[in-house]
Amino acid sequence: MELLTGNEIIVKAAIAAGADAFFGYPITPTTEILTHWSEEAAKNKGLIFLQTEDEIAAGFGVIGAALGGKKSWTATAGVGHLLMQDPIVMAESMRIPFVAYIGQRGGPSTGTVIYSQQELSVARDGGNGEGMRLVLGPSNLQELYDFTILAFDWAWRYSLPVIILGDGYLSKMTGQVEIKKGIRTMPAKPYLQNDRKPINIRNCYSLEEELGQVLHRELKDFSEIRKVVEKSETQSCVDAELVIFAWGSVAGAAKEAVGNLRSEGKKVGLFRPITLKPFSETRAKQAVRTAKTILIVESAQGKFGRLVKEALFGLADIKIEELYKPAEGIMAAEIEARVREILS
Amino acid sequence: MNEPRFPKCVKVSSKPSNFCPGCGHSITLKNLGFVLDELKAAPETVFATDIGCSLLAWDYFDIDTVQTHHGRVTALASGLKRALPKSNIIAYMGDGGGYAIGLQYLIGAVRRDDPMMVILVNNTVYAMTGGQMAPTTIKGENTTSSPGGIFADEEPLQGPELLATLCHEDAYIARTTVDNQVQLQNYLKKAFATQKSGHFAFVEVLSYCPTNWKTDAKRTIDFLDHLKQTYRVGVIHGE
Repeated sequence: MELLTGNEIIVKAAIAAGADAFFGYPITPTTEILTHWSEEAAKNKGLIFLQTEDEIAAGFGVIGAALGGKKSWTATAGVGHLLMQDPIVMAESMRIPFVAYIGQRGGPSTGTVIYSQQELSVARDGGNGEGMRLVLGPSNLQELYDFTILAFDWAWRYSLPVIILGDGYLSKMTGQVEIKKGIRTMPAKPYLQNDRKPINIRNCYSLEEELGQVLHRELKDFSEIRKVVEKSETQSCVDAELVIFAWGSVAGAAKEAVGNLRSEGKKVGLFRPITLKPFSETRAKQAVRTAKTILIVESAQGKFGRLVKEALFGLADIKIEELYKPAEGIMAAEIEARVREILS
Repeated sequence: MNEPRFPKCVKVSSKPSNFCPGCGHSITLKNLGFVLDELKAAPETVFATDIGCSLLAWDYFDIDTVQTHHGRVTALASGLKRALPKSNIIAYMGDGGGYAIGLQYLIGAVRRDDPMMVILVNNTVYAMTGGQMAPTTIKGENTTSSPGGIFADEEPLQGPELLATLCHEDAYIARTTVDNQVQLQNYLKKAFATQKSGHFAFVEVLSYCPTNWKTDAKRTIDFLDHLKQTYRVGVIHGE
């Protein structure tokens, strides 16, 4: 097996999923996605590539190409992610497929080029609408590959924006992944110029009631989709006295910590959402059935924590502990030390 | 009595349109419709609108149409053209969308010589929001954000002239007016031909906005004439 960086893995997954158009703007830590795609497009005339003026142009280029029947996508990070929310919310409003890989970096503003989990709220709800988009949180390189493919399937299956919410560690890390053959994802179809009756697509309405009806219908549809796509993972929760809540790269460290703490005989488990939107509240509640305490661990000051608390609302006898390190990595040993302290 | 002539590609069920009486958008769109009819281009054309008054054209034609905002229509059209190289792509916008908030997308498209056509309606104001000054507002023009002409002290932006400094040799860049519909149609036809030949085409249309200019019919026509002293009408680049 070949050694690949996360950014290379994402490009390989996109091509395996049938992606044929990329629009982007350089920003660390996702720049190599743009450069690797440009290398692929230089070899293959069937692949569209455009380095745009900014992330907004990239996102609207993605929408234009998707309307024309291409499996188009983009990648960005940090302040570029903020600009990208403009096209993402338009894709949401018109139910246009949209795939974006976001490699979270430190914030606010330029912050660092390295790592954080601070873009969770923006990815989930960063628009002036109801946040009807799907967000996947990979925690290792194999998931980066698998979830990128899944994102292309979901975007065209449900006509929704799908965000793969990674980070700089995942983008820049080198490792091996199982490259799958014969992958089938939902095919793209042209929304315009498709031999059917001409259509007029808009997202502007004159009356409150008119938009209200559209949103009511879309939200109903979204609640059906959420039942099918919700994904999460639990580890050793069956008899756990303490359940760790973590996602993405931090969930990788938390898994290691749970393994080590269990070998010490401590009854510790892990709940880890794979879809950050929708967040599986039912499974989160099931995971804490035997728990007295939960420990929320994230590389941000409680963005994920708020989601967890909302999901567990009503379970009044559970004690909530927090390990927040905004824009810094979290090692298994730190989590273990905190758990030992809580359980002592 | 003859029925008034109207283009076949307009969507009858969406008429009357939402434009104010005397608005130059209606004149521009109607003439675009005649050109689409004459060239038999409607089925293979995608019409993309921006925000502001231009978005009121979202269902003006019975052709594939998509509506955007904030000058992003150019960026969307650039993506659309790459996916649909055989279709005619028209990006339709106002002077605020094109020359203020979306100018860098226009510059990107013209520098790349993206084979699409842009129609920019210049009425010197942000009309949908109530007539604030725009990059095209002339010096001393009275708008709701330049009361009595105060604050309107910048040189007005010469869009076609700016783009002509950046464009490919075979691109087409022109400025016409809604009071010369023969020229308007001719320029639009030339823009279609330019796109077909694989190059970028841009037509600015000097237009009326009696609602926000607060002008009666005569003063509306007079103000458009006055604008021609600032904005040179004619082909700016190409033949």
